[in-house]
Amino acid sequence: MNIFKKTILTVLASLFVIGNVYADKIKIGTEGAYPPWNSKDASGNLIGFEVELAQELCAIMKHECTIVEQDWDGMIPALLMRKFDAIMAGMSITAERQKTITFSQGYADEVASLAVMKGSSLEGMDTPEGINLSLGGSDVNKALKTLTGALAGKTVCTQTGTIHQNFLESGDVGSVNVRTYKTQDEVNLDLTSGRCDVALAAAVAFTDYADKSGEAVTLVGPTFSGGAFGNGVGVGIRQGGDDAIGKRDAKLLKDFNKAIDKARKKGIISKLAIKHFGFDASM
Amino acid sequence: MDFDLMIISFPKLLGATVVTLKLLSASLFFGLFLGLLFAILRLNKNIFINKFAYGYSYVFRGTPLLVQIFIIYFGLGQIEYLRSTFLWIILKEPYWCAIIAFTFNTGAYTSEILRSAFQTIKPGIIEAGKSLGISNKIIFYKIQIPIAIRQSLPAYGNEIILMMKGTSLASTVTLMDLTGVAKYIISTTFKPIEVFIVAGGIYLFMTFIIHNVIKYLEKKYSFQQ
Repeated sequence: MNIFKKTILTVLASLFVIGNVYADKIKIGTEGAYPPWNSKDASGNLIGFEVELAQELCAIMKHECTIVEQDWDGMIPALLMRKFDAIMAGMSITAERQKTITFSQGYADEVASLAVMKGSSLEGMDTPEGINLSLGGSDVNKALKTLTGALAGKTVCTQTGTIHQNFLESGDVGSVNVRTYKTQDEVNLDLTSGRCDVALAAAVAFTDYADKSGEAVTLVGPTFSGGAFGNGVGVGIRQGGDDAIGKRDAKLLKDFNKAIDKARKKGIISKLAIKHFGFDASM
Repeated sequence: MDFDLMIISFPKLLGATVVTLKLLSASLFFGLFLGLLFAILRLNKNIFINKFAYGYSYVFRGTPLLVQIFIIYFGLGQIEYLRSTFLWIILKEPYWCAIIAFTFNTGAYTSEILRSAFQTIKPGIIEAGKSLGISNKIIFYKIQIPIAIRQSLPAYGNEIILMMKGTSLASTVTLMDLTGVAKYIISTTFKPIEVFIVAGGIYLFMTFIIHNVIKYLEKKYSFQQ
């Protein structure tokens, strides 16, 4: 009977230990399904630009960190429920998200692009190479008009809860038929199967997939930045408060900002970006 | 708790319930025919037909519905040959892929429910029919099938409720059913508890309706009248 009681107490105690956020170990949440930002290798270990950057930042902060996996659609709720303390998951800094959480300064930025299968009627669209929605102007308006015409009646696929979905639903390119997926992998699968006429994501997500799978996925139209596409990718952190956890969160934000400054000066971010993206996506 | 969000999301979720109900009724309709067909095949004395029907129900009852829907949606979509056939017109649409998966799944369970109902029919009833000179065909259609359906009502009611909850998996193949829209609202508000409570409430209400309809039918067609 005594052993029975002990076991129950141990199990109960361990439950509380797992839920303890006061331990001085920073937990960082990432998706593990958005290469080359973050992904998993064949044996299930988290790899990618942000995983390595997180380790570098923690080394600079002299803090022990653990990186945990979380599905994209539950990322912000999980942060708010204190399952981890920071998000590093290719999450762009947007006004919409800033209503709920706060962000460190951006550490990297990457343009978005549409992609189709080779031979699509959308190939050879007459648009500038890249448009910045924050700048506006006649060039941008003209490009958006061209896109509105090209995308009409097409099924456009994208990952759910992303800047890409926000853009497609913003009305900038008319009312398009948007289909949303849980992960970028699923978007890629349905683009190759032909269920999607065209897909929208970070340009590098498509080129990375085309490289690895050998599928004839090709980028079309302009690259997008600014506006609905946010202001770069930063570390997502809970908004601080007056209680102990709130103060800790506010300090964490400061620490991350300082660490990003240092990592940038030392050239660590550029080096990692070139390693994973093939070009310098740091900011 | 954000009660305003619960109130705002309620009509949106109610609209999505229509998609859920469409998926449910279509799969139950096709599934009932499939189930009846395979239940009859199960009772066949030919060992090959019998084993084939058993194999079908074994495979679809032995694998998770989520795996089935993924194989039909993402799996079949990867076969290049299939994409050049007329089948692709149907398989291209997530809506039909979901209905196909749900139909095969509920069909497997329904066939088992009906088979056991057929087997509980007392031989005396069939013999009584035969002694009155009624043909085997008419005995089957007018005596065995009605009795089997009545016998299987309680178990089938359960199956309807299970299937209703199963339709939530349609959201994994991009469909905007009740769960799909709930997830969509969460992706912009980041408040899962409020939205899922409302969605759960709607599912619970549907269960309540189905449960009572089946209970009414059971009473109406009770043998003790």
